[in-house]
Amino acid sequence: MDTKLLNIALADDDEDDRMLFSEAIDEIGIRTKLSLFKHGQELMDYLTLPNIVLPNLIFLDLNMPIKNGMQCLKEIRQNPDLKDLCIAIYSTSSSEKDVEETFLNGANIYLNKPNNFVKLQASVERVLQLNWQYHTSNLNKDTFLFRI
Amino acid sequence: MTFFVKYDFDLACKTLLKEHLDAFDVTYSLGSLGEVKIKGGLSDEQRNSLTTSLKRYGIEILDGQKITLVERIKSAIDELLKDKDLKSIKVSTYLSDTLHYSYAHLSSVFSESTYTSIENYIILRKVDLAKELICNTDLTLTEIAFKLNYSSVAHLSGQFKKTTGLTPSSFQRIMSKKIKHTVNPKT
Repeated sequence: MDTKLLNIALADDDEDDRMLFSEAIDEIGIRTKLSLFKHGQELMDYLTLPNIVLPNLIFLDLNMPIKNGMQCLKEIRQNPDLKDLCIAIYSTSSSEKDVEETFLNGANIYLNKPNNFVKLQASVERVLQLNWQYHTSNLNKDTFLFRI
Repeated sequence: MTFFVKYDFDLACKTLLKEHLDAFDVTYSLGSLGEVKIKGGLSDEQRNSLTTSLKRYGIEILDGQKITLVERIKSAIDELLKDKDLKSIKVSTYLSDTLHYSYAHLSSVFSESTYTSIENYIILRKVDLAKELICNTDLTLTEIAFKLNYSSVAHLSGQFKKTTGLTPSSFQRIMSKKIKHTVNPKT
C-alpha cells in the first residue's frame, strides 16, 4: 500500500495557481502523480477517454472559462463511470452559498485557496490524508464532507 | 416512490457471510474483527467459489500476508468505539493488549503506512460515526456525545468543527438538503 501512487487531477485556469499547487504537492511526503488541466472542458475530455486510469482525487476550481467547476461537478456526478470519484473544490470563494451549493451537487471537500504557500501545502496535505483514509478505511462515503 | 433505509454495516456483513458459508456444508464460527474460523478448512475449489461470490459485495478474503497490522489496528479501533464496556480503557493499553505489540511499535507502523497517527485516525473515525448518527438517527447531539464517549456536547461539537470544518448543525442542514436534492435534483 505504501508504494501506491495517488493519482490527482487539478483543473484551474490560472497558470500561477497551477504552478504553486504542483510545487506544494511535490513537497508533501505522499507519492503522487499530478495531471493539470486549463479548464473544465479539458478535464472532462480527459476523464471520458477510454481506458485511462481515473484519478483518485480531483481538485476543481469554480471559476473557469469554457466549462466551470460547478458544471464539471454535476457532469461527473451524473456519469455512472465517474460518479464515485472523490472531488475537492479548490476556490477563492468563501461564500456560504457556493460552499453549500457544491456540497449539494456532490463535492466531498471544499478547500479555500490559502493566501500563502505554507498554508497551501498544509491544506493540500490534509486533503490528501483525508482522501487516503476514505480510500483505505471503512469510512462512510455518503457523509464524506469536509471544509478546509 | 422514494424511501430511505438505515443499515447496520456489521450485521449486514455478518449475515451475508453466514449465508454464503452455510452453502458450503462446513462448520464455522465468526469472530470479531472480521475473523472467520472454519473447521477442517476449505478446499481450493470451495475457496475460489467463496471468493467469487463475496467479491460482488466488496468482501475480500485476505491472505496471510495481506492481513497487515494496520488493518488489524483499524478493526480493533472499530471494536473499541462500538463496545460500551471498553470505554474506560485507555486506547494504548487496549491496542497493545489486543494485538500483542507494544503501543510504540503499533503507532510507528500505523503512521508509516497511513500518513496519519492512531490518535488522528480515532478522531476521524469518531467524527465519521457522529456523522452517521446525525444522518440516520433521531438522537440529539447530547445523546450522540454520550454514545461516542465525549465528555460533553461542547467537546463533540468542537472536535467535529475542527475535523470537518462544519458545525454539526450545518452538516445536518446540508445533508438533509442533499437528500432532498438527490431525490429531486430540479428543486
